[in-house]
Amino acid sequence: MNIKQNIKTLIVEKPLKLDCGQTINNFPLAYETYGSLNNEKDNAILVFHALTGDQFVTGINPVTKKDGWWSYAVGSGKSIDTDKYFVICANVIGGCMGSFGPSHVNPKTKKIYGTDFPVITINDMVNAQINLLDFFGIKKLFSVVGGSMGGMQVLQFISNYPDKAKTAIPIACTSSHSAQNIAFNELGRQAIAADHNWSDGDYNSKNIVPDKGLAVARMAAHITYLSKKGLQEKFGRKLQERDDLKFGFDADFQIESYLRYQGSVFVDRFDANSYLYITRAMDYFDLVKQFNGNLSDAFKNTKAKFFIISFTSDWLYPTQENKDIVIALNAVGANVGFVEIESDKGHDSFLLNVPDFLKALKNFLDKSYAEKHS
Amino acid sequence: MKPEYKIISDLIEKDAKVLDVGCDDGTLMEFLKTNKNANIRGIEISKEKVQTCIAKGLTVIEGNAEFDLKQFPNDSFEYVVLGQTLQAFINPETVIKELLRVGNKAIVTIPNFGHWKVRLNLLFKGTMPITNSLPHDWYNTPNIHMCTIKDFVRFSKIINFKIFKSLALINENVSDINNSNLIFKNLFGELGIFLIEK
Repeated sequence: MNIKQNIKTLIVEKPLKLDCGQTINNFPLAYETYGSLNNEKDNAILVFHALTGDQFVTGINPVTKKDGWWSYAVGSGKSIDTDKYFVICANVIGGCMGSFGPSHVNPKTKKIYGTDFPVITINDMVNAQINLLDFFGIKKLFSVVGGSMGGMQVLQFISNYPDKAKTAIPIACTSSHSAQNIAFNELGRQAIAADHNWSDGDYNSKNIVPDKGLAVARMAAHITYLSKKGLQEKFGRKLQERDDLKFGFDADFQIESYLRYQGSVFVDRFDANSYLYITRAMDYFDLVKQFNGNLSDAFKNTKAKFFIISFTSDWLYPTQENKDIVIALNAVGANVGFVEIESDKGHDSFLLNVPDFLKALKNFLDKSYAEKHS
Repeated sequence: MKPEYKIISDLIEKDAKVLDVGCDDGTLMEFLKTNKNANIRGIEISKEKVQTCIAKGLTVIEGNAEFDLKQFPNDSFEYVVLGQTLQAFINPETVIKELLRVGNKAIVTIPNFGHWKVRLNLLFKGTMPITNSLPHDWYNTPNIHMCTIKDFVRFSKIINFKIFKSLALINENVSDINNSNLIFKNLFGELGIFLIEK
């Protein structure tokens, strides 16, 4: 665990009352920053990561040694330009990259939490991260940005702290997790639970990992991040290092081999219990219900300028669900722009090299920033 | 910039909240922002043009005015502008009603199909008119509901909305349309510009 010394951590002393009723305090919140905060402290962008992301947005992730998850969008001269903006990203609570999560030791029992860890919500994640503003002395963020679960955090953040961000960019997300979303998450959780190694969440004390279950969870989820057309174009029925079918259950097809690979690399970097907790947080997310069926009420107090982005081939968080957010914002006269980006890359489009998306993101941010500095 | 933008701008009060329906590349939006300090939003069907607007720092929603105006509550805007697109809708009547629901006032411009060139074109050639402002063939034109200035005035009586101001654009000159000159303006006006209210 030496590697985790590279992780910056804020110990949040202030008590945080979680939605489940428990209160936590003195908990670690791991974060990373890119670029520098200007003297006026008005160039900060808080980026929220998605289900399996972490605080290492761009550059080489010091733990996995791979490119940061949003390297296409964040960096010098990129859409979220680190020469211009101060980018902050925190590992969500419940996660496994240094923030308070199920792999931490419970001070009361001196044992690793496992499934004794409190159930976390998107609201809790956001309420933990607001502490970063005080820590950096930032009164108002220039922007809050995130895709997928990151987008849900953007919506929750604005709802909780309507005057803490100048602009808000929820990407490829929803205001309420659908039955289909919950179904896929449940499939992943059951795959983990079905792995004997999971041991009801107590695998750490036995020094084993439910890697097979977690890999299957990742494989299933990965399919939902891609589009049928994208898969067909990339893999079709191409065979994996063989000339013909082998009449067995090895990976005959490239798509099988690809999914197995995705599953295997995932287990090296992700904690199975964190996967349970974070998917649960997503499933519990229902901003519509939180405001008694009227999503507009979530945004009635904000002056933030919104930019909503969806992708044509995203069937996990389809355009219509993103548009519902636009409609709710229009209903309260909020300043909201919206674009649906043409892409075959499915839900994952926001993480990939999709030039129209990257261009729109950059233009929105740079123009909004220039506006307030003119 | 289209010549009618200045005329539209003159019809709008300072600091007004305005929606530009079919805002295209945002030229009019920028003009109204600069000249009238308008709090302006746009709705545009083309992804490419939405991108152009974003690059200009304009707040635009990608959408189809025929279906997506319903997302706005009643009286969301002081003015709603519909520039030269009424003829392209499947149901112009619904669109006009939606404009007047969403906005207190609407400014609608229409390319005048009663213009003498259009009339001569049909009279002498016997084919569907093709002019500078109507460059398409009948089979590929987006303009499926062409009307004349006179038609629009009649339309206001049929579906019951008030025309507050009606202007004709002739050779980049603007003039008032009234009952006594309607026949003349309908023959020479290239564009009709109407400020309407429910």
